[in-house]
Amino acid sequence: MNVHEYQAKEIFGRHGIHVLEGRVVRTAAEARQAAAALGGPVVVKAQVHTGGRGKAGGIKLASGPEEAEAKATDILKLSIKGFPVRKLLVTPAVEIEHEYYVGAILDREDGLPLMMVSGEGGIDIEEVAAKTPEKIHKLHFDPDHGLRAFQARELAHKIEPNGRQALGIATLLVKLSKAFLAAGASLAEINPLVRCADGTFLALDAKLNLDDSEVALRKDLEALRDPDGSGGHTDKAREFGLSYIPLEGDIGCVVNGAGLAMATMDLVKHFGGDPANFLDIGGSSSPAKVVAALEILTADKHVRVILFNIFGGITRCDHVAEGIVAALEQTHIELPIVVRLTGTNEGRGREILEESGAAIFAGTMEEAVQKAVALAAGTEVKG
Amino acid sequence: MSILIDENTKVVVQGITGHDGSFHTRGMREYGTQVVAGVTPGKGGLDLEGVPVFNTVAEAVRETGANASVIYVRAPFAPDAIREAAHAGIELVVAISEGIPALEMARVLREVTPLGTRVVGPNSPGLISPGKCKIGIMPGAIHAPGKIGVVSRSGTLTYEMVWQLSQHGLGQSTCIGIGGDPIIGTCFLDVLRLFKDDPDTEGVVLIGEIGGSAEEEAAAYISQEMRKPAIGFIAGRTAPPGKRMGHAGAIISQGRGTADEKVRALEAAGIAVARVPAEVGPLMKQALGAA
Repeated sequence: MNVHEYQAKEIFGRHGIHVLEGRVVRTAAEARQAAAALGGPVVVKAQVHTGGRGKAGGIKLASGPEEAEAKATDILKLSIKGFPVRKLLVTPAVEIEHEYYVGAILDREDGLPLMMVSGEGGIDIEEVAAKTPEKIHKLHFDPDHGLRAFQARELAHKIEPNGRQALGIATLLVKLSKAFLAAGASLAEINPLVRCADGTFLALDAKLNLDDSEVALRKDLEALRDPDGSGGHTDKAREFGLSYIPLEGDIGCVVNGAGLAMATMDLVKHFGGDPANFLDIGGSSSPAKVVAALEILTADKHVRVILFNIFGGITRCDHVAEGIVAALEQTHIELPIVVRLTGTNEGRGREILEESGAAIFAGTMEEAVQKAVALAAGTEVKG
Repeated sequence: MSILIDENTKVVVQGITGHDGSFHTRGMREYGTQVVAGVTPGKGGLDLEGVPVFNTVAEAVRETGANASVIYVRAPFAPDAIREAAHAGIELVVAISEGIPALEMARVLREVTPLGTRVVGPNSPGLISPGKCKIGIMPGAIHAPGKIGVVSRSGTLTYEMVWQLSQHGLGQSTCIGIGGDPIIGTCFLDVLRLFKDDPDTEGVVLIGEIGGSAEEEAAAYISQEMRKPAIGFIAGRTAPPGKRMGHAGAIISQGRGTADEKVRALEAAGIAVARVPAEVGPLMKQALGAA
């Protein structure tokens, strides 16, 4: 789960990392008030769950309250990479002497957290990493204690020649590692970390990605979720334990298991079709989950065919069949439904569907996908 | 032969009295697995359809000689269950539980690996040596005894592949789901090393997914060390660009982790990659014929 910049800054701030006092606002008028209260020039920043805000025009400098209101009006009209801007962070503008990059991440290959730093921070850090990887320095750290002070100094001296300033960075790195561990995060990043004219270090931006499994176990992290952050169907999917990602195509896919779901989408493309979504109904299925999945898919007006690919293990084929029948009783679904059921209770599942006459059967994944692709193409011709 | 588990493996089920634990214990026993004990803290002394239940894993090991454990405990308690099994001297711990935070899993592995315990998973469907032993949640009936080793990051996609192999008359020595989580105990490389040294495994099917670089490392190992034919499959070729983990994610992956990159790595290592699941069987037959 992603959290907003202002939330990440609150968390980093609690761990002793220096962040600017900011105000979170929802309207241009509030942005004006915030600028007036802060005094002097301010920066107005879109709070959306995506990167590249600056390049998309979502971060603007304003000389005072009036300009802050005008810039806020512009930014609130934006949709950045599909995310409409609903919240803004207004913070004082600062004089920057130097920009660094610092970030903690969980390194899945080595199974340990990793601190990464560079003396060349800012929006082009990915280019720095790609073209001059020697300018990125990394050290694994202990998942219980965080980055040790000597490790922090080792990294800091590599990116800052001034000894005194390097020690300031080292202190901050230890705090960042502790914030990362306390949040059970998958990423805690400050880019840029800036050195101000007075020699202090400041987290000008903050990025925190939380581990969904950790969030599921902790109320304090769940409280950080932005109800406007994702969108209605994704939220509904989460409520029912479904993993759903909408796409552009017209074949609605319902699959059990992420790997099989991806393989099903790949096969749809292979046979010339276009998947409307990724949808994994997960392991322990219940009819209610299947009803929810069908409601989500039929709400997508692009969907012309619904394709079920179920390989039962924990998922029981009869549960899936009951869900399809229940959904058809509750709502009127005119779309053709192609079903492939193999595995646990497959015979019973087939019987339930045959009794209701609700679906078109396929014996294999290949056959099901080919039927769905043909049906999607056919409806297109008719329509 | 097979790897990791066979007809002599003695299994203790942690979380045996829970919904999933009791259901899958029945499934494993029906398959012929020697389930010698169950553990549920506070419920020691029960008898679950002939399986004695103990309060601790240490007690279960002492009383029954269990040497493998399977964990159906819910996420908040699963890390402790893995630690308990390792400290009781269990050699193989199969963690079915999903939803264990990745950082916590990193801590668990750092603690139990020096104890000599191998963890499969978490978020794994388990492993099966067809005809001998099943530890996990996979439908046993789709498997057939034979000479193909299967290793996969997925659950149901593995069933699909195994089913296809069985229909082509290609039985399996052992099939292992290593788990889909970012931090897992046993990786592709570990399993490939075991298949390499297993005289009865004649070919290997490797089923990967987008993300990480485990498939690339596996490809390098196969081309340098393995003399057995291998077939690959990568899911997620048409998946939209994954949720990128900020700049740090891009930096650490350095452009690795896409399906195309993985397919290229496998093909460069001389491994045939199936474009669709139905190609896996025929490609393996072809590779075995040529070997």
